[in-house]
Amino acid sequence: MNPILLTPTDLIIASSLVVLDAVVSVWLGLRLHQQLLVAAVRCTIQLLLVGYLLRFVFAIDTPALTLGLVLVMVAIAGREVAARPEKKLARYGNQVAGLSAVALATFVTAIFALATALRPHPWYAARYAIPLAGIMLGNALNAASLSLDALLSGVMRERAAIEAQLALGVRFRDATKPLIRASVRRGILPIINVMSAAGIVTLPGIMTGQILAGLSPIEAVKYQILLMFLLAGAVGIAAVSAAYFAIARLTDDRERLRIDRLG
Amino acid sequence: MRLVASGLTGAAGGPFDFSLQPGAAMAITGPSGAGKSVLLRMIADLDPHGGTVTLDGADRAIFTAPAWRKRVAYLAAEPGWWHDDTAPHFPDRARAEALMPGLALDPKLLVQPVHRLSTGERMRLALIRVLLNDPAVLLLDEPTGALDPHATSLVETILLERQRTGTALIIVTHDMDQAARLGARRFHLEAGTLTPQ
Repeated sequence: MNPILLTPTDLIIASSLVVLDAVVSVWLGLRLHQQLLVAAVRCTIQLLLVGYLLRFVFAIDTPALTLGLVLVMVAIAGREVAARPEKKLARYGNQVAGLSAVALATFVTAIFALATALRPHPWYAARYAIPLAGIMLGNALNAASLSLDALLSGVMRERAAIEAQLALGVRFRDATKPLIRASVRRGILPIINVMSAAGIVTLPGIMTGQILAGLSPIEAVKYQILLMFLLAGAVGIAAVSAAYFAIARLTDDRERLRIDRLG
Repeated sequence: MRLVASGLTGAAGGPFDFSLQPGAAMAITGPSGAGKSVLLRMIADLDPHGGTVTLDGADRAIFTAPAWRKRVAYLAAEPGWWHDDTAPHFPDRARAEALMPGLALDPKLLVQPVHRLSTGERMRLALIRVLLNDPAVLLLDEPTGALDPHATSLVETILLERQRTGTALIIVTHDMDQAARLGARRFHLEAGTLTPQ
């Protein structure tokens, strides 16, 4: 079955639904219509640009360009992870933790998938590597930022409890273990919810897209299952790495709790 | 064990130089925010600082940080708790129970949620927690601030007993009479300077 190709007219007709939202905003005095229209225009421009960029990168298909684009995406995701928590580690600690977590999660899971399940030729083919890295990054970003935020806010809240243990001669890693556990748990829980609800409460977007694009539902489902497992891996790696990179910045060689490094 | 601090500097000011013989006591007074707690934390190696601290001539650097803190134990003015119930904070329950009557604490308190304890009960239980490590030096930050006169006297009795068996004591207190009862040398900390009184 061939995909049904969309024309600009199809998209213009679909955009009437955004206009409908804008009318509702004016009617109910929500003052959201301007934001809504700007968001819709931004979304269209951003996606078109990405489409053209990807077509260009896929056509050239050199490992250096693919790696370069993935690195840019990783850098942007790392910056997002760093910016979200209310608390910030000194000396770019949030950036280091965020960037390391998303980079590790993305590269490990994307290369794992490319080397095992997908096996394109060559293994780093841009058409596979870039979308895969993109979806891993999105989820790793969420997991890392949740984990980092839980750790940084938790360490302030638990400061007295951690220091009471340190003062009794407990190792730093043992005194902070419950905090690490809670942070990693916070990062991983959303993907468990998504996996549990997949197919019952929601039809995952990628699977829906593939079915609309003409792939058989069973093939689409197989891809979706693969992606879910990869995402579970990426999310786990991201949440664990963000928590451990951050806690490493909050101590020193004398196993002190360096709360002074948190602003 | 003899504790010697030389050229100790940090957020509390300094340089601080003092020594403490086994069984001796030092009382530190000073206005709020003068850095009394920070000074104790520096000795316990909980806050970064310059200078050296030795125990019987052995430099702190030769001890791992946890080993040092077991020997030179700091008790905060508001000690933290890391389990919901009291019991898991006392792995050696038999020894903890043995110390409780001396501080007018009912052993039943060991099977209670921490949030049900009064401030005074928490403070005394936290003191027991520290004493169970049998430290060579005790660094106590206003240990009787939340206690009534009877409980204060019981705490002082236990501290004097420990001093008799060689434990040295540095105590932050606003009570001059307490310093005298513990036979402590008095120091006043203000503007980063520790002055004998």
